[in-house]
Amino acid sequence: MYVFLIRRVLAAIPVVVVVTIFVFALLHLAPGDPAAIIAGDLATAEDVAKIRAKLGLDQPLMIQFFTWAGQLLRGDLGNSIFSAHPVSQLIGQRLEPTLTLTVMTLFISILLAVPLGVIAAWRVGSWIDRGVMGFAVFGFSVPGFVIGYVLIWVFAIELDWLPVQGYTPLAKGFWPWLSNIILPSVTLALAYMALIARITRAAMLETLSQDYIRTAHAKGLATPHVLLRHALHNAAVPIVTVIGIGVALLIGGVVVTESVFAIPGLGRLTVDAILRRDYPVIQGIILVFSGAYVLVNLIVDMLYTVLDPRIRY
Amino acid sequence: MTPPVLAVSGLRTHFFTRDGVVKAVDGVSLSLARGETLGLVGESGCGKSITALSILRLVPSPPGRIVEGSVRFDGTELLDLEPAAMRAIRGNRISMIFQEPMTSLNPVMTVGRQIAETVALHQQLPRRAAMDRAIEMLALVKIPDTRRRAAEYPHQLSGGMRQRVMIAIAMACTPTILIADEPTTALDVTIQAQILDLMLEMKERTGAAVMLITHDLGVIAETAQRVVVMYAGRKVEEASTRDLFARPRHPYTRGLMTSIPRLNRDADESARATRLTEIPGMVPALINLAPGCTYAPRCAYATGQCRIAFPPEVEAAPGHLVACWNAESLPEMERA
Repeated sequence: MYVFLIRRVLAAIPVVVVVTIFVFALLHLAPGDPAAIIAGDLATAEDVAKIRAKLGLDQPLMIQFFTWAGQLLRGDLGNSIFSAHPVSQLIGQRLEPTLTLTVMTLFISILLAVPLGVIAAWRVGSWIDRGVMGFAVFGFSVPGFVIGYVLIWVFAIELDWLPVQGYTPLAKGFWPWLSNIILPSVTLALAYMALIARITRAAMLETLSQDYIRTAHAKGLATPHVLLRHALHNAAVPIVTVIGIGVALLIGGVVVTESVFAIPGLGRLTVDAILRRDYPVIQGIILVFSGAYVLVNLIVDMLYTVLDPRIRY
Repeated sequence: MTPPVLAVSGLRTHFFTRDGVVKAVDGVSLSLARGETLGLVGESGCGKSITALSILRLVPSPPGRIVEGSVRFDGTELLDLEPAAMRAIRGNRISMIFQEPMTSLNPVMTVGRQIAETVALHQQLPRRAAMDRAIEMLALVKIPDTRRRAAEYPHQLSGGMRQRVMIAIAMACTPTILIADEPTTALDVTIQAQILDLMLEMKERTGAAVMLITHDLGVIAETAQRVVVMYAGRKVEEASTRDLFARPRHPYTRGLMTSIPRLNRDADESARATRLTEIPGMVPALINLAPGCTYAPRCAYATGQCRIAFPPEVEAAPGHLVACWNAESLPEMERA
């Protein structure tokens, strides 16, 4: 087990390296020049060239890459081209809102979608099943920003129950924090719930037709016990897989949702950095995201062995 | 005579499918005396398993439904019971062993817990005591190294061992009736006898009545006191094992008997061994059945009357029931 863990962590290194190189190359090959943006519209060609030289952007790409990679190995993500703040500090400041939003979204979706999927599979063909499946199609097809604005209109403007947008850190109190995060989390959770509910239903349908479910009934066990202890446990591997994939999808979803709700998180930081071609910041964020993704995958793989004794590495 | 512990009468279990109504069980009556072993014989798809599942009310629904009949267990009508009362009987007073030991155990639960779960449920024992009982059961079904095995998962056990675990689950609450649905069919021939012996031993120990479902007449001859032969959802013959083998009265039962391969002691004879007699044709699809005897299309003795109405059950000899218009006029059976 530990051997596997170590091997997996080591295997993640080349993944992260490839991602880094790819992102670096893509950014620098794409059109757009941060020096020109900093210099402004009235700057002369010399001004721009001077700024470029100061930022080291006049160096050959290879040199730029290795300079950055060298810093990285020393644990330094570099400084923002625009604000000159260290990238690690910028990311650190924005981490809490994004983490809150992601965890809250996961929490809401799993808490609602798994039971919905289980009930839909148990009562397959009934109106509950059809309702859940209809909801899933709806959740998939309506874009997050539409749902976001509708929720704002209903719950923040018409009913005035929740704030329209913004973010309050947890340190400033539980309710202010929660009230700000509910609408964006629900917005994000909707598509995600659709995905989890569908997979849960499909996996449960598959398990419920197995012989050991009949055995469980023949033992005299009550239906909830059969559904949860016997069927859901056996259906858990695909469900956990999809939740893991969903975390990766969330990273993309967070960017849009943070814009709609004006949450100062990593998503907003990413969008701003991309618009201004703030190379070190973009690179830093993507490194953090890919690291998070590798970690999530590792956790999912570990969960497999807990959920299914037949899976051993 | 004491009343039977289980009396099934006029049981009809139908499946309502898109293509029509499948009459999987269509008017079956049988009874089981306390401590008796009853064999339920027939080809695949003749309704044996559905009869068993109907007794426990485990027929998958939809599409299946018990449309008519009565199942009396120890004086209680099972078909009228509340779900909770029915659950208290399942796995406790009537338990069941299934055909596929490979797939009938939950792959993500230790075998110890799978046994303990039943015990804890029906005997209201705390976890610890239930697990102790489970380990005791593993010893009873002759699994060595019980403590270690109890902590293992089904995939770590062989097919024979898994069926032993199934028997342990079924017998853990000392049931009054054990229904065994083809318990040895999926096992290696060498293991089959062991599992049968084990089942009979457990039966002796607890005094349970056994309903043994099989298509193997050899198994019946060795274990059962009485036999019910089913064909296409109906009972066609019922007799004591001795009477049935001595004088099968239904053409279908005869067909089953002559299709058993025999090892001839005489080497010469086996050299010019005759072909096995097979029953021509196939079990009919139990959908849109024509009127008349369901076996008539395959029967060598079928007459005009056979195609008009299903024959009534007649007591041809004491305790020997047969449903065949021509049972009395069949020629003597040739013996190999």
